[in-house]
Amino acid sequence: MTEKLIQTLMDGLAVGSLYALIALGYTMVYGILKFINFAHSDVFVLGAWMSYTVALCAGWPDGQPTHMATWVLLLLVGIAVAGGLVAGFTYWRRKRIAPAAYTLWLVSGWGWVAVLLVLLARLLHQNGFDIIAGGVILVCSMLTCGVVGFALERLAYKPLRNAPRLNVLITAIGVSLFLQNLGQLDWMFGTRPQGMPQLLPDKVLFNFAGTPGANPGEWLVQPVRVRLLDVIAAGTSIALMVGLDRLVFHSKLGRAMRAVSFSERNAALMGIPVDKVVSFTFVLGAMLAAAAGFLYSQKYPGLGQTAAAVWVLLGLKAFVAAVVGGIGNIRGAMLGGLLIGLAEMFVKAYQSPSVVDIYVFGILIAVLLVRPGGLLGKATVEKV
Amino acid sequence: MLEVRDLKVNYGAIKALHGISLRVDKGEIVTLIGSNGAGKSTTLRTISGLLRPAEGDVIFEGQSLRNMPAHEIVRLGVVQSPEGRGVFPNMSVEENLKLGAFARPASEKAQIAADRERALNLFPRLRERLKQSAGTLSGGEQQMLAMARALVAKPRLLLLDEPSLGLAPQIVQTIFRIIRDINAGGTTILLVEQNAHMALQVAHRAYVLEVGKITMEGVAKELASSDEIRKAYLGHG
Ligand SMILES: Nc1ncnc2c1ncn2[C@@H]1O[C@H](COP(=O)(O)OP(=O)(O)O)[C@@H](O)[C@H]1O
Ligand SMILES: [Mg+2]
Repeated sequence: MTEKLIQTLMDGLAVGSLYALIALGYTMVYGILKFINFAHSDVFVLGAWMSYTVALCAGWPDGQPTHMATWVLLLLVGIAVAGGLVAGFTYWRRKRIAPAAYTLWLVSGWGWVAVLLVLLARLLHQNGFDIIAGGVILVCSMLTCGVVGFALERLAYKPLRNAPRLNVLITAIGVSLFLQNLGQLDWMFGTRPQGMPQLLPDKVLFNFAGTPGANPGEWLVQPVRVRLLDVIAAGTSIALMVGLDRLVFHSKLGRAMRAVSFSERNAALMGIPVDKVVSFTFVLGAMLAAAAGFLYSQKYPGLGQTAAAVWVLLGLKAFVAAVVGGIGNIRGAMLGGLLIGLAEMFVKAYQSPSVVDIYVFGILIAVLLVRPGGLLGKATVEKV
Repeated sequence: MLEVRDLKVNYGAIKALHGISLRVDKGEIVTLIGSNGAGKSTTLRTISGLLRPAEGDVIFEGQSLRNMPAHEIVRLGVVQSPEGRGVFPNMSVEENLKLGAFARPASEKAQIAADRERALNLFPRLRERLKQSAGTLSGGEQQMLAMARALVAKPRLLLLDEPSLGLAPQIVQTIFRIIRDINAGGTTILLVEQNAHMALQVAHRAYVLEVGKITMEGVAKELASSDEIRKAYLGHG
């Protein structure tokens, strides 16, 4: 019985750390701009699909090719050229290069790094270093989603910085629907589900406890199986979360983020470039979501099309995790994610998989009744 | 050093400043006094780049601040301690001070440490509370923190928005004494106050702002003894 308990605990932490990674993006954006970025879960989905696309580009065979790669390349060239045009035009008219040109070049340069990473992953894969290639694909997917997060904030949310929160909220829903449908286009990922190739071997690292049966390989009581994939997934998530925690609470940039989240105006008076900090927050959230997308695609290789209900439910649960932990609170999001993951796995193991969601949303309601601000949050009345 | 020229500022349809002009010379303490809602904070916010003027301009050492983002204005040495102190309550005193030095390059590390020391010497009560979160400080201590934080930013022109607001008379005395000390150390100050009595005591020159217009200006001592000021702001009949 102890075996089952430990196994469930481990499974719960593995899934929970993925929820936590996604929840962090919701909570960071809320902390800074005080709105729910509904498009955040779509960035997570994009992360999974980008990993898939990059894996195919890197030469993993078992998948249907998508046209993404070509388009990404063309887009990068296009953005770089657009940057050149803006620079040329503004220099011609005003004798100084507009900042927009640098932004475009930055985005394009960023993309080129991603392209180089794909080539690197390909090289590694061909020479049999699959686990390292997997890591490169993870980074590549994070970079790509980072650019997407950056663009979303600039194009969709920044023009609404001083608009009523409700307008921003509705825009976020619009952006979410846009991304879901964009992903289904034939030249993006298409409408068919695809199987993610297995980049990281899903082998059992070791077993412990359990009661062996008479024949080898037979068990009277199932042992606790420690899988490589879970160890890598949990290890990556925990490393990212520890890194984020250190960044936010122990660095100059993190201090600036917390200052902006308390008051944009007072932060600006400290000389903090508020727009840059907001951009950075979006990029960071998107990158964490992409990491979660990558890890998720390794654990559950059947990728549904971008608007599939599974994704929506996953994103919703990550959002629930953020709220349970206290929206706006970074450590709260981590706690909430782990809690939801554990609850899910325990209900699955000891009750029935079909009632999992009842418990997840039950926890939400229970927590909000007792602590309206979430476990680590402060209770405030929010007028939306 | 600072020149505000015919500044007009609106909040949407509400006109807050109807064209005000003022000047601060190097080494001075200039005060801008006026009752609640006169437009004092609006003036400071516009100088700091938090609000954009509808008309007019703000010139700092020959450079227009009109279109400059707020965070770059700080880098020029125009540093504001805002109304209501603006400390970050969930951060420690130490972290608030570090934020004050945010705009300064890492290469100035030694000078930042020296400026921090000097600020803490002016406000010894803060030194005992470095680890305490700013939200748990008393109002007077928060005001001290806001000023110390501004000093760590190495201001050439310090903008103070109602430093005496809501403080006990004894603390107000201390704060104004320190304002004088800061100025004696070579920092130019533009002081916004409702407490005309105290402000006119420390300032060299003064402007009186009434519903978005400058109605009087002159040497602080002379204004303090003028009949209109005594009636309207100093409570003498
Ligand atoms: N955010 C705002 N939106 C609309 N009106 C404002 C805002 N802030 C200030 N005002 C108005 O502008 C005028 C000047 O305000 P303010 O500069 O804060 O005055 P003071 O600092 O002298 O008390 C007041 O009439 C006030 O109501
Ligand atoms: Mg005011």
